[in-house]
Amino acid sequence: MPAIRIAALRRGLWLTTYAGEYGQYARELLDPGSGLHAFQPTAVLFALDAQHLLAGFDVAEPADVSTRRLDELVDSLGRHWHTARAAFGCAVLQQTVPPLFPTLLGNNEHRVPGSAAGVVAALNGRLRERADAEGVDIVALDAQVAQDGLRAWHDPVLWHSAKQEVHPAAAPMYGELVSRLLAAGQGCVAKCLALDLDNTLWGGVVGDDGLDGIVLGQGSALGEAYVAFQRYARDLSRRGVILAVCSKNDEVNALEPFERHPEMVLRRDDIACFAANWTDKPANLRQIAENLSIGLDALVFADDNPFERALVRRELPMVAVPELPADPALYAHCIAAAGYFEGVRLTKEDAERTQLYQANALRETLRASATDLDGYLRSLEMEMRWRRFDALGQARIVQLINKTNQFNLTTRRISESEVAALIAEPRTLTLQIRLLDRFGDNGVIAIVIGRMLTPDTHHMLLDTWLMSCRVLGRQVEEATLNLVASEARRLGAARLVGQYRPTAKNGMVREHYPKLGFAPLSEMPAGATQWVLPLDGYVARPTFIRTIED
Amino acid sequence: MDRTQVLASLSEIMRDVLDDPSVTLTPTTAASDIEGWDSMTNITFVVEVERRFGVKFRTAEIEEMHNVGDMLDMIASKTAA
Repeated sequence: MPAIRIAALRRGLWLTTYAGEYGQYARELLDPGSGLHAFQPTAVLFALDAQHLLAGFDVAEPADVSTRRLDELVDSLGRHWHTARAAFGCAVLQQTVPPLFPTLLGNNEHRVPGSAAGVVAALNGRLRERADAEGVDIVALDAQVAQDGLRAWHDPVLWHSAKQEVHPAAAPMYGELVSRLLAAGQGCVAKCLALDLDNTLWGGVVGDDGLDGIVLGQGSALGEAYVAFQRYARDLSRRGVILAVCSKNDEVNALEPFERHPEMVLRRDDIACFAANWTDKPANLRQIAENLSIGLDALVFADDNPFERALVRRELPMVAVPELPADPALYAHCIAAAGYFEGVRLTKEDAERTQLYQANALRETLRASATDLDGYLRSLEMEMRWRRFDALGQARIVQLINKTNQFNLTTRRISESEVAALIAEPRTLTLQIRLLDRFGDNGVIAIVIGRMLTPDTHHMLLDTWLMSCRVLGRQVEEATLNLVASEARRLGAARLVGQYRPTAKNGMVREHYPKLGFAPLSEMPAGATQWVLPLDGYVARPTFIRTIED
Repeated sequence: MDRTQVLASLSEIMRDVLDDPSVTLTPTTAASDIEGWDSMTNITFVVEVERRFGVKFRTAEIEEMHNVGDMLDMIASKTAA
């Protein structure tokens, strides 16, 4: 019982409990002078043990006798449910029977009339039918035992020693199952699954890898795992869970797979609220909740990125954030096992809910709202480690330069031999930058190449500046500028000249240089722009990142 | 771990189980000596002792435990290398 109370507290329910005296439940229900009547419960849980329920069944008896016994047993339970409800007007919960009996025949146990193992299986089916007819909710011990294994739930030694059917180690899970139902009865359940996109619904980064480059669908085991997760999300939405998208992406890139990728299971219509932008995720989740007119505590946020999960947990502790495993094949199980979306009945509105919410959400658009990030960024203990280009990093440098589309100011591609030439050229600024934080090493996440312009050697032209979108919003841009400024000065530069060359994918960095304090210098053909920053009197931008030469 | 140390950890486990910091077990302590030590408490205690010492008591052994000293003997015989 403490396990039930604790699990209920986790859902914001304060529970007082009363346990009937051992073996006295029938009397307590009927006797107006009993402790149970004095207690006046708002919910009654029938947790009857298997030995008690199966008393009277006999393996030697003919099949029709056994069937009749089963009918009588279910009828008698049904009468108890009625009695409880008539006396207290309360919710009624009935636990199923865990499959704890050894088999007599084996695989085809159902052919032995009166066998305990066979009766348990039949009884659980009948309990469900009757419970549905009577409006009683089932605590599915049998299904949970199937997930966890019987050994996790039942030890025959404890049964014989103390009539303890549920192992104490399984008690927390038992309490969890019961409290989920009690909370669902109070409407305390999650209503919306907010999904990240890149590496959550498909493999890869659509803005960088392109529509053809993301991993999704037939032809790869990983791609099929993402399809399976999408199917799970879609099925949830069909039974009434609202789906939302919360992704750091240009909206046009984020929408492309939904509209054009043949293997996508989820379609734009399945998503009631679509937030793909560069605002931080807590702000977007607030907006999603507001657009859908639901509480933040009704949101479950699924994201593969530990940084985003930790940020949301910190900023919005009321949002449920499952610790998704590294393998997308396990995402659906992880979310299902947590019981966020426990429901007790299905309505026609459930099936139409996404459309309803979508109509509401369309009227509003996402806008930024302030989340105080400073405390979080400070707590990350970020460390930027940099080196000049070197042979060791060459392969990753080439890959990053040729793959990055979104946070890429000039989108100049490069070959192995060009990088090799740069390694041997000390007058050129070449930076490969890693970011470490308390979650670990993010790897090389930014590249900068700066060339001294001739004949005026005091100008350094920033030929390439790119960054992985995984580390957006973490002041890496500012810390990189501080580093570029000091290294450029060391190489004799007096000014930095930055270029922005627009492509279909890099709209997010259009304002990169002005945001960092560069002044406009000139317009160039095809919408490109040039910007300048004098280094004389440059003051390092404040960040929470420690910069170290590696 | 010698007998005194095992006894000390049994006391500690029972304090947790009963949520009563005043409980101290001796080899002659029996369930009837401690208020609240009923069959439910007993099974929680036994399961926690099994977990802590990495042992498993048989049904007959649980039945034969009449006091804490019996349990100490069984733990000693099961953990003897």
